[in-house]
Amino acid sequence: MSLQGTKINPSRFNKSQLKFYLFLVPMSLFMVLPIVYIISQAFKPLDELFMFPPRFLVQKPTMKSFSDLLRTASNTGIPMSRYLFNSIIITILMVLVTLFITSITGYALSKKQFKLKNRLLSINQMALMFVGVAVAIPRYLVVVNLGLNNNFLVHIIPYLAMPVGLFLIKQFIDQIPDSIIEAAKIDGAGDLKILTKIVIPLIRPALATVAILTFQSTWGATEASTTYIQDETMKSFAFYLNTITNTQNAIAGAGMSAAAGLIMFLPNLIIFIVMQSQVMNTMSHSGIK
Amino acid sequence: MFKEKRDLFIEKFKNGNLKDALSVLLLILPYAILFSLFIAIPTALAITLSLSYFNVIEFPEYAGLLNYITVITQDSVFLRYVLPNTLKYALIVGPGGYILSFMLAWMLAQIQKGPRTILSLAIYAPSMVGGIFTGVVWKTLFNGNEHGYINALLMQWGLIDRPVQFLQSPEYLMPIMIIVALWSSMGIGFLAMVAGILNANEELYEAAYIDGIKNKFQEVMYITIPSMKPQMLFGAVMAIVGTFNSGGIGVALSGSNPTPQNSGQLIINHIEDYGFQRYEMGYAAALSVILLLIIWGFSKIAYKLFAEKN
Repeated sequence: MSLQGTKINPSRFNKSQLKFYLFLVPMSLFMVLPIVYIISQAFKPLDELFMFPPRFLVQKPTMKSFSDLLRTASNTGIPMSRYLFNSIIITILMVLVTLFITSITGYALSKKQFKLKNRLLSINQMALMFVGVAVAIPRYLVVVNLGLNNNFLVHIIPYLAMPVGLFLIKQFIDQIPDSIIEAAKIDGAGDLKILTKIVIPLIRPALATVAILTFQSTWGATEASTTYIQDETMKSFAFYLNTITNTQNAIAGAGMSAAAGLIMFLPNLIIFIVMQSQVMNTMSHSGIK
Repeated sequence: MFKEKRDLFIEKFKNGNLKDALSVLLLILPYAILFSLFIAIPTALAITLSLSYFNVIEFPEYAGLLNYITVITQDSVFLRYVLPNTLKYALIVGPGGYILSFMLAWMLAQIQKGPRTILSLAIYAPSMVGGIFTGVVWKTLFNGNEHGYINALLMQWGLIDRPVQFLQSPEYLMPIMIIVALWSSMGIGFLAMVAGILNANEELYEAAYIDGIKNKFQEVMYITIPSMKPQMLFGAVMAIVGTFNSGGIGVALSGSNPTPQNSGQLIINHIEDYGFQRYEMGYAAALSVILLLIIWGFSKIAYKLFAEKN
């Protein structure tokens, strides 16, 4: 019967799946080839970067673009390691604090009963479509008036409220049966204990997902460094790489830009590959009802 | 009177009601404060500023709807380029990208797990590349001299005799922006749809075939989409947000704001141009409000299509 051969999530190969491969494989190539090209560009020696016609893949790979990148300090003379250090601190703090805030809020919005609950949920749901860049100017005014201008914390504080993160975590906590929480309460557990001993261990996939999303947006962020920070020693690694790739001349800089891009991209890719099953698990609870 | 109230208070606290309320407050407060400061207040401020004249140095002066009137009647760049560009870009990248990501997700669900994991990773990868690197990748590919890969390829095939300045020419910039935006648009919304399709109840499909569903198209329309409406809505909202967040791509690719002959000028660039380059904050705020209204309009449609009525 037609259903067996073509059902969702089939366990074995069937001729009828060929037509899907015919579309999916070219699409995947279109998605991946630009990335492959740029990776190979990062390892090309200078003569290959200048070659005509350009080759897609590198012939004699070299690390020269990476070492050039390390040696090029910005015109202010601050070493690259300083920017890297800043970004590592920013990203770690950002991920940890976001996870903490979204879990406690998600727990309250999912398992507690109070008057404004539904109102708050729908406000957050509306904020899912919040586009930060649209209100960059009023946001700037808020930041300046809070005295956060040129303060290291401006990398973190304005970005901590993450409607998508809260939404995903809250949806995931909804899956925990109320009876478990009730039982813990009868045993005398307070909210803190319920959170750390029951909720957090059960929502690990959602936490992993939010951690990845936060990591991706923080690690590559340049907005705070461009808009709010004047002191060069407090700017982020992504900002530094961005200025380098913009100021170098197009071809000699192409290898370095590619190397810089690769450094930005690899951590994202590795973390996602490691945690991808957790992410897929979370996404199946992501629906907006 | 006061004593009564105090007794009631102590009573409530002992029962746990008040203690519970206090802990709810503590749990929600940090997020609520951050949300208000950096999401709600900026939005409200944008609306207020849009009704004023504000040049950063002097205190804002009430100007009524003047900014909006100027947008509609005097800003020829906005009317001739920015608005049509924004709508064209948003319609192709938003709904277009969304339909494409659903089709990809659906096809991925029809194949086995092993190849599916690899192909989904490939399709998801560009969305992890991030804004800066996306610019680097596509600037390198579309480089305007013979070292640019696409130029070299076209020259080798004999389609052009000399390199084309793709990123500086008004007729190519917009199509390239759309391709790049579609390329990087398969993010968590796409993953949510893959998960949603895979989660569907198998018995539903069996029952539908017994009831006389004849082909895959009917299956998608009558079973797959209705059974994953929540994920469809999440995907739609993510598509809308992604579309407008990626609005800076034209400036990143061409390296200038305004973009060559305003060909890739989107409303986001226009806001930056007026806000951060000309310091006409009130006017920029009016443009922000118009953008927020466009986004709101798009999501209204998404909710109409997919929200579950109760």
